[in-house]
Amino acid sequence: MEISLPTFDFLVVAPEIVVLITALLVMVVDMVIGREQKGRLAWVALVGVLAAGALSYYLWDGSDPALHDMLAADGYALFLNLAILVAAALAILFSLEYTGRVGLAQGEYYTLLLLSTAGMMLMAAAINLMTIFLALEILSISLYVLVGLNRAERRSAEAALKYFVLGAFASGFLLYGMALIYGQAGTTSLAGIRAAVQAGGEPSALLLVGLGLMIAGFGFKVALVPFQMWTPDVYQGAPTSVTAFMSVGAKVAGFAALGRVALYAFGDLQGDWRWVLAVLSALTMTVGNLAALRQANLKRMLAYSSIAHAGYALAGLAAGNAQGTSGLLFYLFAYAFMNAGAFAIIIAAGRFEGATGGGETLDDFAGLAARKPGLAVAMALFMLSLAGVPPLAGFLAKLYVFGAAVRGGLIWLAVFGVVNSVISAYYYLRVVVSMYMREGRPAAVPAPVCAGLQVGVALAAVAIVLLGLWPGPIVDLARVAALALLGG
Amino acid sequence: MVPASYYLILSAILFTVGAVGVLIRRNALVVFMSVEMMLNAANLTLLTYSRFLGDVQGQVFVLLVIAVAAAEVAVGLAIVVALFRHEATTDVDEANLLHG
Repeated sequence: MEISLPTFDFLVVAPEIVVLITALLVMVVDMVIGREQKGRLAWVALVGVLAAGALSYYLWDGSDPALHDMLAADGYALFLNLAILVAAALAILFSLEYTGRVGLAQGEYYTLLLLSTAGMMLMAAAINLMTIFLALEILSISLYVLVGLNRAERRSAEAALKYFVLGAFASGFLLYGMALIYGQAGTTSLAGIRAAVQAGGEPSALLLVGLGLMIAGFGFKVALVPFQMWTPDVYQGAPTSVTAFMSVGAKVAGFAALGRVALYAFGDLQGDWRWVLAVLSALTMTVGNLAALRQANLKRMLAYSSIAHAGYALAGLAAGNAQGTSGLLFYLFAYAFMNAGAFAIIIAAGRFEGATGGGETLDDFAGLAARKPGLAVAMALFMLSLAGVPPLAGFLAKLYVFGAAVRGGLIWLAVFGVVNSVISAYYYLRVVVSMYMREGRPAAVPAPVCAGLQVGVALAAVAIVLLGLWPGPIVDLARVAALALLGG
Repeated sequence: MVPASYYLILSAILFTVGAVGVLIRRNALVVFMSVEMMLNAANLTLLTYSRFLGDVQGQVFVLLVIAVAAAEVAVGLAIVVALFRHEATTDVDEANLLHG
C-alpha cells in the first residue's frame, strides 16, 4: 500500500517556526554557557523575534496561503504577528536587567517567553478549532509558569495559582463550546463552520450555546467583565516584565481568535452575537475604569486600565463591520507600545533607592520629573496615550473603534466609550501630576537605568507619537488585514 | 443503540459538576480534578458527535485535548508545590496576599 504524505508548505508558518527554534536554541545555549554569561540569552531571543518579524512582513504579499485548513498566513495573521512580536521584543529589552535583579532563571525565562510568543502567533493564524485550542494552551501554559517564575516571592506563586485555576476553568468552557459547535456544524474547520452556518438557516440553540461558551472562554483570556477577576491579582503578582508582555500578548491573541470565530465563522449570525459583545464591551470599560480610580498601586491600576482597554477594543469587534475590524487591529497595535512602555517605567522605578513600594506605588513616582526627566516624559506620553489625548496613538485608536461603532448603529456604545475615556483621564493624569508637581522624598536617589530598557522605552514613546501623527501606513495595513478576514 | 442525547446529557451533567466543583471546592487538588472533569465532559461530547456524524476529526481533537490536559496538570501541580513551599497549605483561599 502506498501512503501519500501530505504536502507541507513550511513557508506558511515560517515566523512561528523561527520563534520556536529560537526558543529551543536558548534552552540549549543556556546549558553550555557559564553563569556570568546568561545575560547573552536575551540577545539570542531578540534576534529570533526580529527575524520572525521580518519574515512576517516579507510573507505579506496578499496570496494568503493556508496549511491544510489548520493555519493561515493571511494579512490578518501577519498583522497581528507584528503586534505580538513588538510586545515580545519590548519585553525582552525590558527584561535585560530586571531578570538578574529579581533573580529569575534566565534560560527558562526566555525559552518560555518565546514559546508563549509562538503560541500567540499560532493563535492569530489558526483557522481550525483544534489549532485555536492548541495555540491557546501553548501560550497559556507558558504564561502560567512565567507568572510563577519568581520562586523567592510568595505573591508570584499565588498569582500563578490564580491564573492557572481560572485559565484552566476558561479552557474548559472554551473546549465545551467547541465540542457543541463541532456537533452542530459537523466540522472543526472555521471555513466549514461558516459554510454550515450559511446553509443552515435558523441556527440551532446548541450552536448558539457553543458560541456563547467560546465567547466566555476568550473573555477570560482578554479579561472582559464578568470574567476579569483574576487580572489585577495576576498582573500585580507576576514579575513586572512578564506583566508587560502578557498584558499585551495574551490580549492580542485572544482578540485574534475571537475575531476570526465571530467575524468569519459566525459572520452570518451577527445579529445574534453583536449585542452580546456590545453589552460586554460597555460593562468591561465601565467596571475597569471605576475600579482603576481607587488604586494606589500602579501595577493594579494598569491591570484595571487594561481591562478597560479590552472593553474599548471590543467595541470595534461589536461594530461588526470592516472599519471596526481594522480599528480593532490598529488599537491592538498601538496598545502594544503604550501599555508595555508604561510597565517598563515601573521596572525602572523599582531600582530607585528609597522606593518603598518596589517602584509600584504612586508615591515612588513623586518628583520623578526632577530626578529622571527622560523617563518622566516617556511615562507622561504613555499615560496620555492610554487616556486617549490627541495627537497620540491612543486617541486615534479610540477614534477608529468608536467611529466604527457609530457606523455599525451602536451610538450608545460610542457614547459610553467617550464618557469612560473622560473618567479614565483622572487616574492617568494623577500619575503625571505626581511626577511633575509633587516633591520626591529626599532619600530617593536616582539610579542608572539599563541601556536596553532606555532603548525600549524610547522606541515605544517614539512609536506612539509617530502612530498618532502619521498613522497612514499602519492604518492601510490594518485595512488590508481586516479585508483578508472579511473577504471584502 | 443508545441514542446520542443520552451521551450529551451525561456530558452536560459532568461538565456542570466539574464547573460547580471549581467554584465551591477550596482544595487546589480537588479544583484540578474538577477542571479535568470539565475537559473530559467536553471530550465525551466530541466523541459522541464524532461517532454519530461518522467523522474522525472529533476523535483527533480528543487525543490533542488529552495531551494538553496532561501538560496542564503537570504545570498546575508544580505551581501548587511552589506555593506550598511558602505556606504549607493547598487551600486556594489561603492564597490571599493579593487583593483590593
